[in-house]
Amino acid sequence: MGKTLAEKIWADHVVRSAEGEPDLLYIDLHLIHEVTSPQAFDGLRLAGRKVRRPDLTIATEDHNVPTLNIDKPIADPVSKLQVDTLRANCKEFGVRIHSLGDAEQGIVHVVGPQLGITQPGMTIVCGDSHTSTHGAFGALAFGIGTSEVEHVLATQTLPLIRPKTMAVNVKGTLKPGVTSKDIILAIIAQIGTGGGQGYVLEYRGDAIKALSMEGRMTICNMSIEAGARAGLIAPDETTFEYVKNKPHAPQGADWDAAVSYWKTLQSDADAKFDKEITLDADALEPFVTWGTNPGQGLPLNANVPNPAEIADAEERGAAERALTYMGLTAGTPLKSIKVDTVFLGSCTNGRIEDLRAAAEVLKGKKIAPNTRMLVVPGSARVRLQAEGEGLDKVFIDFGAEWRNAGCSMCLGMNPDQLTVGERSASTSNRNFEGRQGKGGRTHLVSPLVAAATAIRGTLSSPADL
Amino acid sequence: MEKFISHTGTALPLRRSNVDTDQIIPAVYLKRVTKSGFEDGLFAAWRNDPEFVLNKPEFQGATVLVAGVDFGTGSSREHAVWALQNYGFKAVLSSRFADIFRGNSQKAGLLTVVLPQEQIEAIWAAVEANPKTQVTVDLESKNVRYGDVTVPFAIDDYTRWRLMEGLDDIGLTLKNIDDVSAFEKKRPSFKPETLPARS
Repeated sequence: MGKTLAEKIWADHVVRSAEGEPDLLYIDLHLIHEVTSPQAFDGLRLAGRKVRRPDLTIATEDHNVPTLNIDKPIADPVSKLQVDTLRANCKEFGVRIHSLGDAEQGIVHVVGPQLGITQPGMTIVCGDSHTSTHGAFGALAFGIGTSEVEHVLATQTLPLIRPKTMAVNVKGTLKPGVTSKDIILAIIAQIGTGGGQGYVLEYRGDAIKALSMEGRMTICNMSIEAGARAGLIAPDETTFEYVKNKPHAPQGADWDAAVSYWKTLQSDADAKFDKEITLDADALEPFVTWGTNPGQGLPLNANVPNPAEIADAEERGAAERALTYMGLTAGTPLKSIKVDTVFLGSCTNGRIEDLRAAAEVLKGKKIAPNTRMLVVPGSARVRLQAEGEGLDKVFIDFGAEWRNAGCSMCLGMNPDQLTVGERSASTSNRNFEGRQGKGGRTHLVSPLVAAATAIRGTLSSPADL
Repeated sequence: MEKFISHTGTALPLRRSNVDTDQIIPAVYLKRVTKSGFEDGLFAAWRNDPEFVLNKPEFQGATVLVAGVDFGTGSSREHAVWALQNYGFKAVLSSRFADIFRGNSQKAGLLTVVLPQEQIEAIWAAVEANPKTQVTVDLESKNVRYGDVTVPFAIDDYTRWRLMEGLDDIGLTLKNIDDVSAFEKKRPSFKPETLPARS
């Protein structure tokens, strides 16, 4: 019987396999940031261990860093200590780091692909659950905890139990104005936040093949919101074209060898997935979340749901609690919901195509009264590229704030936070209670919906303009 | 890592589903560079509410957390595990855990036990009726006991052995480090390296 793509990559990385034990898997790339690494480096020091492969490791500063005044010392002393600790650890252990002010600094999942160190067929880990992003290249990429970070630093391997595989078939063609963000929000709404638990998802079908690499990254990024540690997409010409000529892409004979290997990275026709689901792209509309987990989403044209109509008691209770937290009443049209802040950025939607798409909608328009918009490029490189294209001027003329790169308001670890009761339309990945700031209320949207919402002041799509 | 054989204590009934790791400990509490002191961030947003179960006097000192379905979703932060441990929890029971949270807890020695939802409901009812109910989570005999009830649970033998012995994964892997070296010799030359830096 044939193998799925995930099974092939797994098999190619098994260092050791023994009955009754997890497989020991080799890790091709380990990405590091300031929040989940300090205790791991401490562990190495205590045990007198080294980083086994600094040449397969790279660090950047993203979660904690300010997006304003980056030429000044970080104001929050606790954040500063964490960033300084990362810098000191990288220096001590010989790990490459891209610090604030460096052109390659940015969100770790934006930096890997732009440097070309994210490539098909790799195993990639990071102490961050959105590591699933890199699956867009046909890599097996997943988030790990700090104990595992230490394990990878010390051994370049991880003991892991092989996950099950799920095919997610996305058929048909997206309508104009509907994006990869809407695909993934619809998938999560369909299978729930626990639906992918224990699986690696493989996104397949015409609608996926038609996407750009950045669109694919948006989908794989949010696999974790469906409970799947990893999600991936078979590499194709779109993938090879994207990787080609990136700084760390293979060169010369290595490029040819790599591409011929990458072309084998497809699920075999007779491969059997443990589960299959299907989504019809033709029927999709722009999606938005109304609740406090990413599975609580609906098409933008819908109304806030009535918990009383939800059959499952657990889901009903969760919906009631979510509406209370979100300050919403059942039956309210989603499009009538007034938004205070629009956040464009994050590892989900902070890439150049996302900025271009939003700028196209905003161009020549003015921001709605009493609304603020933060535009936070995913990396310093993306910021420079956008400035080269004049996008910064479009955002600034519109009335938005043009910021420096980082995770920013996606998780509100730096000063970019919502206040109590403040409502956002956010291109990020999590609408959890308090995620963007204590008491903040988050609606997850695509960059197009974010832009249209900033113009109208209520949740909107470009079709409403 | 401390060995886990069996633990007996009172239990905290957390009747909520989808408790993500941002709820267990919000991001603003993740700035420490140590593994201790995270208890002040545990369920930080909910602790402002005096009615929140963690604040109720009858449940003080609970060491077994009995949670709703899909516990630990979201962010990979192991700080969520440390916060629970720092606060004093030794075991968490739920009908379903998020993968990364479960992996982290097993690495850090916090026992996560999967029980059918009806068993979770039964434990909630029992400890709400009598918060002094002693709940035993026995890894050796693979069951949870309270009152005259015994509920078996499944856990893979390897994880059980590691937790019962309190073994450090890195130490175990280093015993096989020659296999890692052999694997590295066969890696294709086109695989990328981060050093020297190219840009």
